[in-house]
This record gives sequence, C-alpha cells and structure tokens, in this order.
Amino acid sequence: MADQVTASRKAALTARGGSAEAILTPAPAATRISLRAGADALPALSAALGVTLPTRPKTSASSGQRHALWIGPDEWLVFDEGEADLMAAAASSGTLHSAVDISHRNVAVIVSGPGVDVAINSGCPQDLSLPIFPVGACSRTIFGKAEIILFRTAEDQFRVECWRSFSPFVFGLLSEGAADAGH
Amino acid sequence: MLLIYCPYCEEERSELEFRGAGDAHIARPENIADITDEEFEEYFFLRQNPKGLIFERWRHIHGCGRFFNAARDTVSDRFYTTYKAGEPKPDISDILQSEQNKGAAK
Repeated sequence: MADQVTASRKAALTARGGSAEAILTPAPAATRISLRAGADALPALSAALGVTLPTRPKTSASSGQRHALWIGPDEWLVFDEGEADLMAAAASSGTLHSAVDISHRNVAVIVSGPGVDVAINSGCPQDLSLPIFPVGACSRTIFGKAEIILFRTAEDQFRVECWRSFSPFVFGLLSEGAADAGH
Repeated sequence: MLLIYCPYCEEERSELEFRGAGDAHIARPENIADITDEEFEEYFFLRQNPKGLIFERWRHIHGCGRFFNAARDTVSDRFYTTYKAGEPKPDISDILQSEQNKGAAK
C-alpha cells in the first residue's frame, strides 16, 4: 500500500538577506483580510475586530498582534500576527461589509536598520522622512514594478507587504537597495 | 518627477502611483437606449483635446484606489487643482486668476 502523502505549505520567502544597513527578514505567517465598509459600519466592525479602524489617510491602529491599516476612504488591510481568524471576527460584526481573506495572497518582508529608508526608496517614490512618514504610518504605493503596502513599525523598521507572486522581485530589489544603503 | 495632490490621501504623491482616465464631467445620457448613433458617438467617442486647460479624471490606483478630477494644462503638464469625484467643476477663470497671482508673487 502506498504511503500517505502529507502536503505542506512552502513559504514564498525563507532566507534572510540585506546588508548591515538594512536587514531583510521574511515575516512569519499572518492572517490578513482586505476589508471594505461604509462609515456607518465602522463602530461595529472595530468592536468585532478588537482594533479601531482608522479614518485618517496614512494612519494605522494596533492592538496587540492585530493591526488595521488605512488603505483608502473605505478600505483597510487588517492583519493578525498571531494567525487569529479575522474572517470570523469580521462576520460576527453583523454589519454590511466586504471582507476577503488574503492571508496567503500577501507575504511580508521586515526591513530594519539605519539605512531602511534608502533601501525602500531604491524602488519607491514616497518621502520616508520621519515627519512625513512617522511610526505607525502606512500607505499603499509602488516599489519598482510591484504594488506594496508600507507600514512603518519603528523609526528604523518597515513592514513591506506585497503579493506572493511578486515577492522574489520585491525581495531582490530590496536586497539591491540594502546593498546600496551601505554606500 | 511630477507630483499630484490626491484629495483623498490629502498629500502630494508621485505620478507613478496614478493613472489617467480620460476627460471629466461627461454625463452619460439618461435615455441611452433612445439616442441616435450620432448622439451616441458624440457622447462616447468625441473629445475636444484642447491645447491648454483640460478637466480630467485621474485614479490613484497604486494608493487609495480612488478616482478624482484634476484641472491640468496639456502644454506644461501642470496640475492647477485636483478635487474629489462628484464635486462641481471649478471655475476656470478662478483657477487661471489664482495662477496669475502666484506667478506675480514670484
């Protein structure tokens, strides 16, 4: 009789990289939802998700391992580093909204170090200086040919979310930028 | 690099995050099934393509994803103003006057 086969998920990114100025670390698995909702659904959704959905452009809100990032006037990226079931949480709100599970569509790279802004600016046109892009700020933007979501988690650390299929490109270009950051 | 002010993000962003979407303020006829082919052609295909000031739709596709309107100069590529979709068309003379005042101040 044939042996039983067990499928296991292969991570899109495994190796660390970068330079001393900008260290690249693939982020651990997280659950993510792309959330669309009108203003009247926000209080119930915020309560159900346990994090207050931000309404100002470029802002985020965090509660423990859960983060809500403002993407557009009616769009948020909510992710949970503890892999909690966000779909169930959003559904329990009982309000009209659209939530799409994108846990495995996105992967994230943690970029940290003193040259983090130089590394990201190698492919991204946004002003990443602290007064313009403070800690906690987030934005969907472009990195080379790939769309990314930038989230500043510390003065010298960003979380870069991108689509899984773009991750080799994003990681490669970040590596080039990280190498340049040392010069 | 051209910077475009997104009225939803309330910030100037690089042109790389945006995509143009044609002329603004073109109302779809409410009796679309009844109009003649010529009227449909006029509505659907024919544009002025002016030299100078033009009102256009733009989309912040790699940002907030929203469509908005912009008044742009097709010669200099200068964006005079941008405003949210659904807001009324700003007065052209006001825009040009404020531009002249800016120019005089410099």
